[in-house]
Amino acid sequence: MESLTLTDIEQKYYSDLFVYCDTDNTKKVASNGRVLDLFRAAQLPSEVVLQITELCGATRLGHFGRSQFYIALKLIAIAQSGLPLRVESLNSVKDLPLPRFVVGKNEAEARHAALYQDTDSQGLYPASATAVIPRPPGRGHQNKKGPPTSTAHPVHEVIQPLAPSIEPQPEPTSPVVSPHQSPPTSPHSWRKHKRQHSGGNADRQPVVAATGAVWTQFRDPQAAPVSGDGMWSSHSPPPPSQESWVSFTADTPPSSAIPAMHPSSVQESTTIRTVASAATTNEIQRQSSGYDDPWKITDEQRQYYINQFKTIQPDLTGFIPGSAAKEFFTKSKLPILELSHIWELSDFDKDGALTLDEFCAAFHLVVARKNGYDLPEKLPESLMPKLIDLDDSAEVPEPTADVGYSGSPVEVTPNKSPSMPSLNQAWPEMNQSNEQWETFSERSSSSQTLTQFDSNIAPADPDTAIVHPVPIRMTPSKIHMQEMELKRTGSDHNHPTSPLMAKPPEMPEETKLPASMKFVAANTVGDGYSSSDSFTSDQEPITRQRSQSGTSPEALKVVAAPPPPPPRPHPSHSRSSSLDMNRTFAATSAPGQPQSSTIAYPPAVPPRPLPTQTSLPHSGHRSEAEGAPGGGAVLTATSPQQIPQQPNFADFSQFQAFAASEQPSSLPEVDIHSEPGQTEKPSEGAGPLRTVKSDGQADERASATVNSAKGSSGPIAPPPPKPVRRRLKSEDELRPEDEQHGPQKSNVIAAVLATQPSIPRSVGKDKKAIQASIRRNKETNTVLARLNSELQQQLKDLLEERISLEVQLEQLRPFSHL
Amino acid sequence: MAVCIAVIAKENYPLYIRSVPTQNELKFHYTVHTSLDVVEEKISAVGKSLGDQRELYLGLLYPTEDYKVYGYVTNSKVKFVIVVDSSNTSLRDNEIRSMFRKLHNSFTDVMCNPFHNPGDTIQSKAFDGIVSGMMVQTG
Repeated sequence: MESLTLTDIEQKYYSDLFVYCDTDNTKKVASNGRVLDLFRAAQLPSEVVLQITELCGATRLGHFGRSQFYIALKLIAIAQSGLPLRVESLNSVKDLPLPRFVVGKNEAEARHAALYQDTDSQGLYPASATAVIPRPPGRGHQNKKGPPTSTAHPVHEVIQPLAPSIEPQPEPTSPVVSPHQSPPTSPHSWRKHKRQHSGGNADRQPVVAATGAVWTQFRDPQAAPVSGDGMWSSHSPPPPSQESWVSFTADTPPSSAIPAMHPSSVQESTTIRTVASAATTNEIQRQSSGYDDPWKITDEQRQYYINQFKTIQPDLTGFIPGSAAKEFFTKSKLPILELSHIWELSDFDKDGALTLDEFCAAFHLVVARKNGYDLPEKLPESLMPKLIDLDDSAEVPEPTADVGYSGSPVEVTPNKSPSMPSLNQAWPEMNQSNEQWETFSERSSSSQTLTQFDSNIAPADPDTAIVHPVPIRMTPSKIHMQEMELKRTGSDHNHPTSPLMAKPPEMPEETKLPASMKFVAANTVGDGYSSSDSFTSDQEPITRQRSQSGTSPEALKVVAAPPPPPPRPHPSHSRSSSLDMNRTFAATSAPGQPQSSTIAYPPAVPPRPLPTQTSLPHSGHRSEAEGAPGGGAVLTATSPQQIPQQPNFADFSQFQAFAASEQPSSLPEVDIHSEPGQTEKPSEGAGPLRTVKSDGQADERASATVNSAKGSSGPIAPPPPKPVRRRLKSEDELRPEDEQHGPQKSNVIAAVLATQPSIPRSVGKDKKAIQASIRRNKETNTVLARLNSELQQQLKDLLEERISLEVQLEQLRPFSHL
Repeated sequence: MAVCIAVIAKENYPLYIRSVPTQNELKFHYTVHTSLDVVEEKISAVGKSLGDQRELYLGLLYPTEDYKVYGYVTNSKVKFVIVVDSSNTSLRDNEIRSMFRKLHNSFTDVMCNPFHNPGDTIQSKAFDGIVSGMMVQTG
């Protein structure tokens, strides 16, 4: 045998391996399985291995003596380095890396091999106490990062003549396997591991020693394998001065320490090995599983975490508030930014508090971070709160309770106290629903979607439960609804707010019931034009609803009925006059003239305002344009259309009946220019209006009484004015009726108010009737809206003409001067 | 896809602002700053229906020739401003709303973090991720 000079490291390493292979403890390693496995683990081609064995003389001897073994190991190292196998190179090659044995018969071996190198590098770094944290369990993977102190790669192949300031500890318990062992070279890892076991060294030492014995072979010789146990026993627990944070590290499960353990006593190891094997198998398994998952929390770690959790929150099923957690984790002296990121990762349900699982995850992340591991971008799966811990759940029954349902951490939220974060979480959802609602409302500007909007508002709007499903915000659709409502009451649909403003007492009712009314109207209108008879009767309960605030039954009933699609323009009506009028007139078999007149009428124009209220606007308006009479005619013409929806007009008509009787005489002589004069007189205007209204009201009521009233008041009066006004109306389409609608609205409201008490109350109206009335209202509303748009367009056109005329005038003026 | 997203605190200092880096970021900073005036105006305008009735989504604050600015304010007067390229005409109002909703949710999560001091700039990776997802994917 050639003389073999080994460095100390090599010596230790080889001795460890030899001891490992020396199962029979005969100081002569036969070609037993261990050796073969070892050589196989060297990942060398079989012929190389054969060559090595040949070179070292084992084939000659038939077995591996210590020296042969050492030579073989060195040859393996040479081969792994890529150098040709030469006996001469045994001693010539300097700085030969240690032979690496990977993927041994079990991963643990390989891991330990890696740990060997890890410990090599560890020895290089006299890490501070706080920095020396045992690698997380399962970190023994060869290629994984070593302990935090070892920034060197696990494949650190440089033989490090360790000169760390490792405490030279004698090994009382372990017979020095190799006399070369130098306690001073014991790596930091030992100290580190010692620290780990500060919490329970005594208990763990035997186990650790045993397990270490198994793996010692792969231990870095410089790691003072023999001194491992000694170090264990002799190492004093880490200075208690270390903050609890570090003590935590000390308590890091011995699993990670086990690999680092050296077989302190080979002899002991043999005896304890069997005992240790059982213990180590678990560790190995755990490490094996941790081999793939560096983030797994071991039992000891978890126990430690749980203990820490208890210090903050005695109830393991409870939660740690964010402030307490902040204080706790701030002690780790990590930068706030990293702590913030850790919190983001660990607070799974985003509620600002930590359950036990979340706390363990956060703690684990902090530990990892302190060990130098980078924080993951996402929470590792092993750290996610899960239903059942892989570790024994003896101490973690609570995770099942609070975290409970894996994959549904949101469910935990309800268990937690409704903290602000929960509210904040709920808020976006509510806001979302509100926004959805808003979206719907904004899109419902088209009458087509009005139905959907209404059907959606019921479930989405929390106010639905309240008596009146009144949207709070004035959305276009709402305005539309209110317009319809107002139209029913004879108010101008173009100015839904004006009646509200005009009649403050009316507002609460109207605001309460616009939706309901709208629903009713929609239903009414949508149902078609069949229930004309019931329509009038429908108006009564509806108006009664208006009169009585808080009519929850009707409101709910109304809400229950989804408004039908808005009515289509009647094909027979060019200007889409109110179908209601047709119906009403047909039903009441009113004079045929009114029917035809109404048919030809443009969309219902809100009735004329009350004389008191509309006098000024009317006069002002009428004086402006020549088409005033037409507007008045229109107004009066349309008022009948509105009247059907205002059953309460009956009384009003009665008031004005006799007054109207005076007017009819004047009405027939109305001509375009005289009309302004007449209309300018509010009373006169109101008179014909009211008569017309009464006419319409009579139609609505379908009651002979009203008809009689109408007849008495001015049976003749209404019809004559209508044709006249119709003509006027057709002539003048410019008359914006907005202003008139406004005062008319108020007039209608007053009429409604006046007539409300007189209207008998029929609470038990059929829903169908109400729906019919709603439908009619909607129809009228749409008709009026169309009319409005057309009038607006005409107004624009006229304005343009006026402008052009003025321009021409300006152009001509200079000529005039010439 | 937004070109610039900004979060402004109640006191009108930026908590978070990020723009597409390819362009002059200062221009976006200025735009966001000027949009604050519009936001303030919109907030104060709805005085009749105070508090909860006020719409959180402010909508289009003002358009310029190059881009449009949308605003959103929370109940705690924290403002979100999104600047969108005008050429991106396909962005509907709903999409902007959903963007604001996501922003608000992630902002809430940031606020829940006990390690985040209100008033500090937002340094949350999750928030950055959300914002990146909404920014123009040019770089």
